[in-house]
Amino acid sequence: MGLALQQLINGLTLGAVYGLIAIGYTMVYGIIGMINFAHGDIYMVSAFIAVTSFTALAMFGITSVPLSLLLVLLVAVLFTSVYGWTVERTAYRPLRGSTRLAPLISAIGMSIFLQNMVQLTQGARVKPIAPTLVGGIDLFTADGFTVRLAHSQILIVVVTVALMAGFTGLISHTAFGRQQRACEQDRTMTALLGIDVDRTISLTFMLGAALAAIAGVMVTVYYGVVDFFIGFVAGIKAFTAAVLGGIGSLPGAMLGGLIIGLIEAYWAAYLSAEYKDVATFAILILVLMFRPSGLLGRPEVEKV
Amino acid sequence: MTTLVMQHPPQTAATRLQDATRVAAVALLLGIPMIGLTTVDQGGALQVASRWPLLGAFVAAAFFGRLLLRYALDQRQHRRQTRPHAAAGASSALLRRIGWGALLIALLLPVFFSDNRYVVDTATTVLIYVMLGWGLNVVVGLAGLLDLGYVAFYAVGAYTYALLSTQFGWGFWQALPVAGAIAATFGVILGWPTLRLRGDYLAIVTLGFGEIIRIILVNWSELSGGPNGITSIPRPSFFGLPFKPAGDEATFAAFFGLEYSPSQRIIFLYYLILVLALLTNLFVSRLRQLPIGRAWEAMREDEIACKALGMNVTNVKLSAFALGAMLGGFAGVFFAARQGFISPESFTFNESAIILAIVVLGGMGSQLGVVLASLVLVLLPELGRDFAEYRMLLFGAAMILIMIWKPGGILAHREPTLRHQPPVAAGASQ
Repeated sequence: MGLALQQLINGLTLGAVYGLIAIGYTMVYGIIGMINFAHGDIYMVSAFIAVTSFTALAMFGITSVPLSLLLVLLVAVLFTSVYGWTVERTAYRPLRGSTRLAPLISAIGMSIFLQNMVQLTQGARVKPIAPTLVGGIDLFTADGFTVRLAHSQILIVVVTVALMAGFTGLISHTAFGRQQRACEQDRTMTALLGIDVDRTISLTFMLGAALAAIAGVMVTVYYGVVDFFIGFVAGIKAFTAAVLGGIGSLPGAMLGGLIIGLIEAYWAAYLSAEYKDVATFAILILVLMFRPSGLLGRPEVEKV
Repeated sequence: MTTLVMQHPPQTAATRLQDATRVAAVALLLGIPMIGLTTVDQGGALQVASRWPLLGAFVAAAFFGRLLLRYALDQRQHRRQTRPHAAAGASSALLRRIGWGALLIALLLPVFFSDNRYVVDTATTVLIYVMLGWGLNVVVGLAGLLDLGYVAFYAVGAYTYALLSTQFGWGFWQALPVAGAIAATFGVILGWPTLRLRGDYLAIVTLGFGEIIRIILVNWSELSGGPNGITSIPRPSFFGLPFKPAGDEATFAAFFGLEYSPSQRIIFLYYLILVLALLTNLFVSRLRQLPIGRAWEAMREDEIACKALGMNVTNVKLSAFALGAMLGGFAGVFFAARQGFISPESFTFNESAIILAIVVLGGMGSQLGVVLASLVLVLLPELGRDFAEYRMLLFGAAMILIMIWKPGGILAHREPTLRHQPPVAAGASQ
């Protein structure tokens, strides 16, 4: 019972992070119909920015946890969205309207490039940061097992819920959200109506990157270690989450993230920790086989 | 195909400067967290270290690079407008001549370098990648299915041979077809559930499949030896004659009355992979002219049209997967036999990415392009440690640039292998 509850907490935390990254996949897919393979690496870049910023703040003597968290989030969001913008501008925009395979290969090239760039400039070794947000609340103890809710877990869940609420408002109630949804439906028509499609797509990439940046900062706080390879696995899991929820659907991305996070946590606790990544891939394949449109997605009709 | 980058209106010096300044500003923002700052481990705690001169150099490079690029593009556009468009691209006759030349060099290489183990060894590595590239070319280049988990089939081939030879005492030649068949079966197993998927879903599922195979190899220690891998895999013999110092049994050196030398095995392995690669090439280029090969190329160009014409897309896809997987399996068998030791380390996603880079850079569908790309890819890190470190960075960048500049690859071969009537402008490959 204790373990099950603990894994529920851990799974929800993990799922919130996957959900935040998955939104980036789902939005980009919705608007330009391609999988942004480099998205996981954007998240990884942000985790490295977080490590550098936390260390720098500690050197300047800023020890207040809320202040340093806020500053790091701001810095990470700013720089990471520039990365998101650049990725779209250099690797994807020139290929719009090209063959089906070309943007995919370019995205994989971008992912390889970012990974190796970080490895070369920041070093290949695992980076541990000084503990930032420590402590937690002991909920109860049963059969010698203490169920613990860490402060960083509260942070992740609260921030994610707040972001989701804000983000849903942004997409459904603002001018940008309307433009974004219009581009999703018909880019040519949107352009004819005087909306700058290129700008909307750029902003979409920056928003996706900003969400991934927040996820990256929070994961750095949660685990305390970062390496250049974390983007690969997190990227695949978040993508699985997006597909499971129905690619193109924002609530779907969040739901998919939570399901993947929970499955991973329970699988690791009760079945085998070694094969937890296999579980994710297996879900991905099963979903694509039996319900390619996902839980909340619309079936896609291929037109000539 | 002109890309959007080249469609800018010609610019004045002032707008060019403005544009370059903007690029430099973005480069500055990108560079600050990655190039300008880094963290170093000092006595167990991280410290921030700065590299401002390097960042300055990076921004300056971005500024002047952009200026030059813009200038070059404008010049090029200007030339294009003033001069009638000349047919670009190497003619297929020239390419064929280069191909035969390369074959001649490959055949004679061990003769000239018979006592230089390093050269022959490196050439063998190049040929393994050539073979993998040709195998993946069937899937990606011909059938247009993006496979990001190709290394899984390579691994299946390698582990099949390793297990058959160490557990059951099978020889190289007995295990080769079996390993190929098992790899092909895996190809069908992967292909089956993914048939309905669009290109990008397929890519990520194959990626997941590759990772599943690797995770299983790492964790199923009873079968695969886990992270330690399988050691002392028997080396292939020359029709039953092993490459060993003279002893009781008949050896290669004794049979032919030669002095035993370790380089004999190296050279034999080189010729072995050369023959395997050439057979692959012959096999694939023949297949391209059969209905199945033409079906692959048709499906690459337009899957819906193929369905409308009544083609069985399922079989076409599965056959491409199975064939590509089989060729990867063969390469894996050779790899295991050559190394004598395999572990999951050799079958990471990075390896899949390298093979894909070879196919993409060489030109999807082009057999000669794969050879050139493998040469560059294997020889680059041999030039020095710096090149080895920057290899994947450069290849990532090259994949993007080539997609923008020439989506078909350097030696693009999108031309159908067979035509109903020969094209009017014979010899032009574009």
